[in-house]
Amino acid sequence: HLATSLPLPSERDHLRPRIDLIAFMIDIKSKYSLKNVEASLAHVDASFFLGKVCFLVTGVGRVNYCSVEMNSIWKLGEVYCSPVLFCELELEGIRVATAQRLLRMLQICAGHIPGVSALSFGSLMRNSADN
Amino acid sequence: MDVTVAEYIRRTVLKIPRDEIKTMLQKWGFLSETQLQTVNFHQIKENISQDVVQLCEENSADIKQAAVLDIIYNHIYPNKRVWSVYQMNKTGEETEFFDLTDFKKKFKRQLRSALKNVTINFREYEDNAVWIRIAWGTPYTKPNQYKTSYVVYHSQTPYVFISVSVLKSNLPLLCQALVVASNYHDIREMELRSHSLNSLKDIVFKRYSQNFQTYYPRPLQERNVAPESGDLRIIQENRNEKERIQRVNQEVFGDGPQPKLEFAQYKLETMFKSDPKMGVLDEKEPFRCLVKFSSPHLLESLKSLAPAGMADAPLSPLLTCIPQKARNYFKIREKKGFFPGSFVSP
Repeated sequence: HLATSLPLPSERDHLRPRIDLIAFMIDIKSKYSLKNVEASLAHVDASFFLGKVCFLVTGVGRVNYCSVEMNSIWKLGEVYCSPVLFCELELEGIRVATAQRLLRMLQICAGHIPGVSALSFGSLMRNSADN
Repeated sequence: MDVTVAEYIRRTVLKIPRDEIKTMLQKWGFLSETQLQTVNFHQIKENISQDVVQLCEENSADIKQAAVLDIIYNHIYPNKRVWSVYQMNKTGEETEFFDLTDFKKKFKRQLRSALKNVTINFREYEDNAVWIRIAWGTPYTKPNQYKTSYVVYHSQTPYVFISVSVLKSNLPLLCQALVVASNYHDIREMELRSHSLNSLKDIVFKRYSQNFQTYYPRPLQERNVAPESGDLRIIQENRNEKERIQRVNQEVFGDGPQPKLEFAQYKLETMFKSDPKMGVLDEKEPFRCLVKFSSPHLLESLKSLAPAGMADAPLSPLLTCIPQKARNYFKIREKKGFFPGSFVSP
């Protein structure tokens, strides 16, 4: 399900399945995109932040056009205890690899991988990023 | 042949893209077909221009013919210049028959009576467009062929498109000559400027696709069906909002391509509204500020702002009124009286 911001429109509530993973996309070229994500985060139930939220930063290939500071992104990941992924949508290889990563995360969050819970996976990702 | 004329022709030919040189010379018609056959149009432009000058030498070209070549070049590449739009007014309802010869005679006479050193050339095109090329001199110097102004006058309309170039001081003279020659009363500058002459014509002649105000803001049933292209597994949560934006955009901008403008400029002469405690600008003077929007294609980029998620729909009427009001330079002043806010000066 794609949405431009949260909260989701209530008229579609009855059509929506269970949400297992929320990926917030931040375009590094747009400060507005970061603001939008920050505003939307306020509408997310706290239980999602136990491994069911991740931040996906796009546009990282174009270093010249960075409008968003990396510090703000790292801080966001820390404050909301969620992993931060980076990708460049314009390159097919990276796009496909990122999609596969997200799909893997989704399988874990949906409970399809026995023995691995969303929370354990989330803390695994955070610990490896902290070193 | 005059050395300055030769140089002028050479420089004009150098401006033309190599593949177009032959066609343009044929349009010019000054050199015969046999003469043109002798030129190798595949060599470098520097050499082509030399050959052309040589041929013009044989035909003893003078400044009048050279000027015609310049008009042809500018007619095919008008977007290299900046054009302003002027509107002439008549008092009374006399619909006079437009006499081209009379117009040309009066124009030349009026201009020359004020300034003797000018080169004036006319060329008529389809759709009643008269192109006038003026090279300006001073009372003491010959006309400078590189300091030219162009006028495009559509005789069945009150509109004149002027590209002044450097010497703005000659503009009042030019305007007066136009008014006298065309039997109008006066002329005023519309605040509308662009590189694209055709787009300016589209705007003033209302040739672009306009939005028609519908009484009922609901979309027609047929229009609402947007094809679900792409993967059916992707569900757009904000589809209603996206459709609303498309609908509003279409109402405002219409369906067709927008006229091409490069700038919109808003000169603000409004009072600075701040927290009274901040005490900024205690003297109640208008805060002077200039806001300029620039883009290779301003109206198309405004049209794509809301669908791209970068602005809310509908856009500010200050932006969307540009084609209807036929202006892209605005002065915004304080609205006096009942309602606070700002209004756009006529």
